[in-house]
Amino acid sequence: MTEQLSRPAAPTSPMPPTIEDNVNLTTGEVFLDRSTGHPVMQLKDVGVAFGGRSAVRNVSFDVFDREITALIGPSGSGKTTLLRALNRMHDTVRSAKVTGKIMLGDTDVYSGSTDPTLLRSRVGMVFQRPNPFPTMSIYENAVAGLRFNGVRKKALLDEAAESALVAAALWDSVSDRLKSHASTLSGGEQQRLCIARALAVEPEVLLMDEPTSALDPIATKRIEELIGELKNRVTIIIVTHNMQQAMRVADRCAFLLMGEDRTGELIEFGSASKLFSEPDDPRTLDYVNGRFG
Amino acid sequence: MTATSSEPLGREKRHSRFSLPNGGYRAILIVGGAIFAALVIWFLYSIVNQSRPAFSTLGFSWIIQKTWNPNLHKFGLLPFILGTVETTAIAMVLAVPIGLGSALALAYLVPQRAKVLLGTAVELLAAVPSVVYGLWGVIALAPLFREYVEPFSSSAFGWTGLFNGANSGVGLMLAGTILFVMVLPTMVAISRDVLAVVPKEQVEGAMALGATQWQVLRKVVLPEARAGLLGAFILATGRALGETVAVALVIGNSDYIAHSLKSPSATLASLIINNFGEASGTELAALFGAGLVLLVIGLTVNSIARALVRRAGGSGSVASVAVA
Amino acid sequence: MTTLSFDSPADPILERRRQIQGIAKATVGRRKTYSRAAIGICWVFLVIAVIPLVAVILYTLAKGLPAWSTGFFTQVTKPEGIPNGGVWNAIVGTVIIGAIATAVTIPLGLLAGLFLAESDGWAAGAIRFAADVMTGVPSILMGIFGYIALVRTFGYAAWIGAFSIGMIMLPVIMRAGETAIRGVDPHLSEAGLALGARKFMIARRIVLPAALPGIITGALLAIARGVGETAPLLFTIFGNQYLQANPTKPMEALPLVIYNYSSQPYADLIQIAWGAALLLMSAVLILNIGSRWLAGFLQRERR
Repeated sequence: MTEQLSRPAAPTSPMPPTIEDNVNLTTGEVFLDRSTGHPVMQLKDVGVAFGGRSAVRNVSFDVFDREITALIGPSGSGKTTLLRALNRMHDTVRSAKVTGKIMLGDTDVYSGSTDPTLLRSRVGMVFQRPNPFPTMSIYENAVAGLRFNGVRKKALLDEAAESALVAAALWDSVSDRLKSHASTLSGGEQQRLCIARALAVEPEVLLMDEPTSALDPIATKRIEELIGELKNRVTIIIVTHNMQQAMRVADRCAFLLMGEDRTGELIEFGSASKLFSEPDDPRTLDYVNGRFG
Repeated sequence: MTATSSEPLGREKRHSRFSLPNGGYRAILIVGGAIFAALVIWFLYSIVNQSRPAFSTLGFSWIIQKTWNPNLHKFGLLPFILGTVETTAIAMVLAVPIGLGSALALAYLVPQRAKVLLGTAVELLAAVPSVVYGLWGVIALAPLFREYVEPFSSSAFGWTGLFNGANSGVGLMLAGTILFVMVLPTMVAISRDVLAVVPKEQVEGAMALGATQWQVLRKVVLPEARAGLLGAFILATGRALGETVAVALVIGNSDYIAHSLKSPSATLASLIINNFGEASGTELAALFGAGLVLLVIGLTVNSIARALVRRAGGSGSVASVAVA
Repeated sequence: MTTLSFDSPADPILERRRQIQGIAKATVGRRKTYSRAAIGICWVFLVIAVIPLVAVILYTLAKGLPAWSTGFFTQVTKPEGIPNGGVWNAIVGTVIIGAIATAVTIPLGLLAGLFLAESDGWAAGAIRFAADVMTGVPSILMGIFGYIALVRTFGYAAWIGAFSIGMIMLPVIMRAGETAIRGVDPHLSEAGLALGARKFMIARRIVLPAALPGIITGALLAIARGVGETAPLLFTIFGNQYLQANPTKPMEALPLVIYNYSSQPYADLIQIAWGAALLLMSAVLILNIGSRWLAGFLQRERR
């Protein structure tokens, strides 16, 4: 935990790619630090409106590679709306309109030539409530995204499923019953299966929309630990209304607040340690202190 | 109970002219339920009791004998059971893909406004009386079938041997088609309901993994609605099996087993309705027996369908209760 | 996970990501084409489904309207060759039979529906199941039932037709009523109980009024279904070419006219059949649309 918080929070110059050994002490797993220190996603003046009514606007910030970026703010501040704009989930809502520019690497997310299905295989998502596919087995759930994306090779499916289930700390408890239904899992396990399902496609960015809000405290703690471990594999953007959670897991935070016309706005963006200890904006301080006080 | 006994006396009096004690209220409700139960038992008993003579004089095998000729005292039901199954099969072969496709479109593809409008239209069409469909079938469709559909299918698919014989318009094919049109609204309305209750989270979950629109429908929505869709299918099948007047008008009414899709045929229901007027004695009992066979099929099919649709949670509204 | 050799910096995760994204990109064109084709087929099927249904209505309208003369509504049915036949006797018959069936089944169905809504035991479960199954029993069997149970004793009569039709309506009203009653906020009746009101009072003053929109919808839909039935009437009311308003006598009804005339070779009778079909269809559709409108109206009023 402390290690995460003390990471160099705002690298100003791009660092060269480094390969550095890491050993996860709980699982004994060896993994690489793949962080490049580059921004993988850039939001420029992003806004979302439904039927002409603005829900969130003027949001600009960068999401850095292999970091955890938390979107915080009171309910109604447009956190989830903003998050869903990042993988074009608003496409299904006819009245929804996303303005501004969102870049994923070199890809303009809302450019006409960007295919939303391909985009979503690069930007995974975990939802508020665990939503494994109830008619599919645990294994089928884990490889569902791969199958959607046209992967047929059994070896690749198996390899990706195992890797994702291991990464989601689920492999040990389900490896002997991969064929049983996903509904046999507990709520926390189901959510970890959903994380594994998203990870199996090996996305570049993982969006998490209050992933623990439907879980009990113990399951929540396990998911939080998991998020910390995952950031070496994938860049994470997490929406949370839980200040402690943001503090525990995030490297950077974006604080959103509902303006006077009931539209969410970005108030402050910066490293988590700064936002929680000495924010620039007095409203951030109020919010952070209000929650704690 | 105790709450009422501790009531102030004055209030008790004020209500006493209009109100029943709780026990009496409960008793009246039970009477309501009991009358319905008694009617159902009376109904079942009547049909079973009246078809008994057929079983006692003809044995059990008469149900599957293939000759119906009252003059020879032969009352085989096989041609009519086959006719019932064949017309229903034709109807369902058409209704399943078209009904399912339409239901998917109605539940997930059509824009919101049109969804309500089209959905209501489909429910209304389920209410059009069957005799109107029958009239339309015999006056409007039969000539169309005689002049175009039957000659065309004979020349295009004659090699299958399914389209031998004269083009008469009426027959298995027309009866099956009319049944298809009649069960389609039921099929679409219930399927749409069970498809629409698949949680939005599941749909979004698949979308967020990079599924195409069809993959979402095919791999997530359809499997989850499976039980309810099966229920809709069986319910529609039950309707097709028991439909009487529309079929009787367009099937051509023949007592022989059909040898081609263009042949005239008859169903259990059309047999009863056509022969009932002149029947007496064993023939009448045999007709009631045909009714009993229809009843057993109907009860079986419906029990299965109801269990499936209820488990799928499809029929929630008052309107959908009535449509089904 | 596999051990890593440090002289080859190939990263299994990045390697797999490249592989998966490659496959996704290579197949996306095919997947989208397939999806568009399948979705397109769904649309085509929707159109195919709508065509015959619209055709039935338009055809009936086109053929039926010319039959609607003053005589059509004021004269009784006449045999072929005698001009100026109408369906007045059939209209009267359908209205009387429908009214009797409605008058009996609505109170009984509501009582039974209330019973179902307030009970959860095995008996209620069995009755609920029976009601569900009865809504799907072929209507011809209700005609046979009416014939066996009553016609044999009392002779053909309109009230037996109403009985058979009622047997079809009853389960629909029961289940629709139960659904509507169960939809009433339980806090309302609990509040009544807490005030010391009796259950009958609560049912009459609170639950039934609150469930009224649903009950009316269900009842109108049941009536619409009942008056359109043909097969039960064939066994029970026999038909009557004269005007008859006495429910103990054989009577004519619109579905019977349509059924009997449609297989006749005479153009004038077939035209009467179309006129009757349009009349019956309009009545049924008006009942259906009216029930929806009324339910919506009552719901809005309440707010």
